[in-house]
Amino acid sequence: MSAKNTGINLKNLSMHVNMDDFIPATEKEKEYMVQMRPSTTAFKDGIRRLKKNKVAMVSFFIIIIITLAAIFVPMLWPYKYETMLGNQPGRPVDASFNNLAPFEYSTTEQKLMEEGQKIFPHVFGTDSAGRDYFIRVVYGTRISLAVGFFASIIVLIIGLLVGSVSGYAGGKVDMVIMRFVDIIYSLPDMLMVILLAAVLKQAIGNTLEGTPLAKIGSNIISLFIIFALLYWVSMARLVRGQILSLREQEYILAAQAAGAKGSWVIRKHLIPNCISVIVISTALQIPSAIFTESYLSFLGLGVNAPMPSLGSLASDALNGINSYPYRLVIPAIVISLIVLSLNLFGDGLRDAFDPKLNN
Amino acid sequence: MNPKTLKYILKRIILAIFTIWVVITLTFFIMHAVPGGPFTSEKAVTPAVQQAMEAKYGLDKPLSQQYFTYLTDVLRLRFGPSLKKRGRMVIDIMGDGLKTSVKLGLIAAALATISGVVLGSVAALRRNTVLDRIIMVITTAFVSMPSFIMGSLLLVAFTIKIPIFPANGTTRAGLVLPVITLMLYPMAYITRMTRSSMLDVLGQDYIRTAKAKGVSRMKIIFGHALKNALIPVITYLGPQIAYITTGSLVVEKIFAVPGIGGAFVNSITDRDYPLIMGTTIVLATFIVVMNLVSDILYKVVDPRINLE
Repeated sequence: MSAKNTGINLKNLSMHVNMDDFIPATEKEKEYMVQMRPSTTAFKDGIRRLKKNKVAMVSFFIIIIITLAAIFVPMLWPYKYETMLGNQPGRPVDASFNNLAPFEYSTTEQKLMEEGQKIFPHVFGTDSAGRDYFIRVVYGTRISLAVGFFASIIVLIIGLLVGSVSGYAGGKVDMVIMRFVDIIYSLPDMLMVILLAAVLKQAIGNTLEGTPLAKIGSNIISLFIIFALLYWVSMARLVRGQILSLREQEYILAAQAAGAKGSWVIRKHLIPNCISVIVISTALQIPSAIFTESYLSFLGLGVNAPMPSLGSLASDALNGINSYPYRLVIPAIVISLIVLSLNLFGDGLRDAFDPKLNN
Repeated sequence: MNPKTLKYILKRIILAIFTIWVVITLTFFIMHAVPGGPFTSEKAVTPAVQQAMEAKYGLDKPLSQQYFTYLTDVLRLRFGPSLKKRGRMVIDIMGDGLKTSVKLGLIAAALATISGVVLGSVAALRRNTVLDRIIMVITTAFVSMPSFIMGSLLLVAFTIKIPIFPANGTTRAGLVLPVITLMLYPMAYITRMTRSSMLDVLGQDYIRTAKAKGVSRMKIIFGHALKNALIPVITYLGPQIAYITTGSLVVEKIFAVPGIGGAFVNSITDRDYPLIMGTTIVLATFIVVMNLVSDILYKVVDPRINLE
């Protein structure tokens, strides 16, 4: 820069100070600066959007009501799901308890009622073995919900582990894991599930005898094993994809430059940043797990008798479908209601929390 | 076709072949993990008879040798005799079942695709009207209803309450309800897919240009919009066939249709291992091939799509 130029610039430089800008603000002007709304976090923002979504909120309440009923009703109900009411120790088998219509009483119960005793009604009647059908449906709902929930947790843990390691490690590790995932992913899942369920039922049944796990039943355990073997792959793919895109962010580089180890970066930086996507797909995994369980139960590969699940109830009802169609319709409605509300709620969660869909 | 597409197709074919091999190997080892050989469920036999039986079926040889005989047998479609249906070969049982099942599946797939595309386009073109709402509510309900529930409800409704159709799937009229059961879910899915991709296409600039040029509404819908909106539907071809195949397992059970799905389900309860293996391999191969075809078609129809 030459001296001449500088001189010209200096000559042009003049200070125009508007003194009005320095007058203290009036009360009215101050009001404009008051924060109208407290700043929100991404989480609060998502909750707000979720609350506005009527369909999702209705679904959410239906899920809560069904879950609470499945937990607490069996505690309060006077009948048990496995008790055959006509089969009481020390007495001859009373067949009048079998196949009662809703709100019908057996001859024994009618006698007791004439004597002035109060008998709790069989709201949905009883099944062919004289078991109270209402409590069986409630208990079946409990089993179906529990299986769906725990299966999703298993899928989440395995998928998260494999996906994050694969995504963060990259290179050969990633390639090997992903080819493995590709193969499992392209297996026809339902066929493999049926095959595994049929075989595991035989294989685990004997080894479980006498262990505390026997109470849960070999079929449910094999169901969990199946989920652990086959269903983690989509979760692993999702997590890997998320981590691959997040890995290139500057703050990861900063953490690495500061000497952070791989596991630290995964736990403290990568997973918290893709948590919303993971939570949503876990939520959407639950209905699909419930669906798989009911499908297998329907084929006779689900829970062990006398434990009911919604699928096995529907399957059992097929035998007496001419006389007792409501026994099929009731579990069918419950299962559709659960799957539908979980799906709608999951969709609502995705709309509310997935930032990519905001625009 | 550019070399990149060719490379992709080749890669997918190799993966498909590998997957089928994994299925075949898995079924072999899973079946061998079952406690008790195939002959233990029958009444007690003398050790000599047991040995003779095992020698006849090659079960006395080392596992690796059994595996290779099995592998070559599968490639030549030799699945051996059924254990429970005396005197019948697995391949014959499957052949008989496939005739019915393929017919059932093809009709269901065709009807589902056609009605799904029509309903989806109507919903998109009449967006935010009562008609659109009704279509969306119904399809949401269908998507959430498992096929066995749908089948059972239809069975109750149309064979018991209003007896229009026979409950037995061996007759022609008896196939109506199974077809409806199988098509409702894919139809609902295709409807939703077509609707959203149609809405996407209708918002594109070239549609506005066509409108501005004065192209007739029909020509815009069929020539410009629908043609492009249908591309995602092709991707659903494979999963749709897979759904119908596995769906047919329970549907054939419910309606007593003499198909391969029903045979598979029965073979599980009968513990008829050769039949289980045979049907698993055939159905799995079918699903893998259909997925492959749908992926390749998708790539060929729209080369812009990057599947990697």
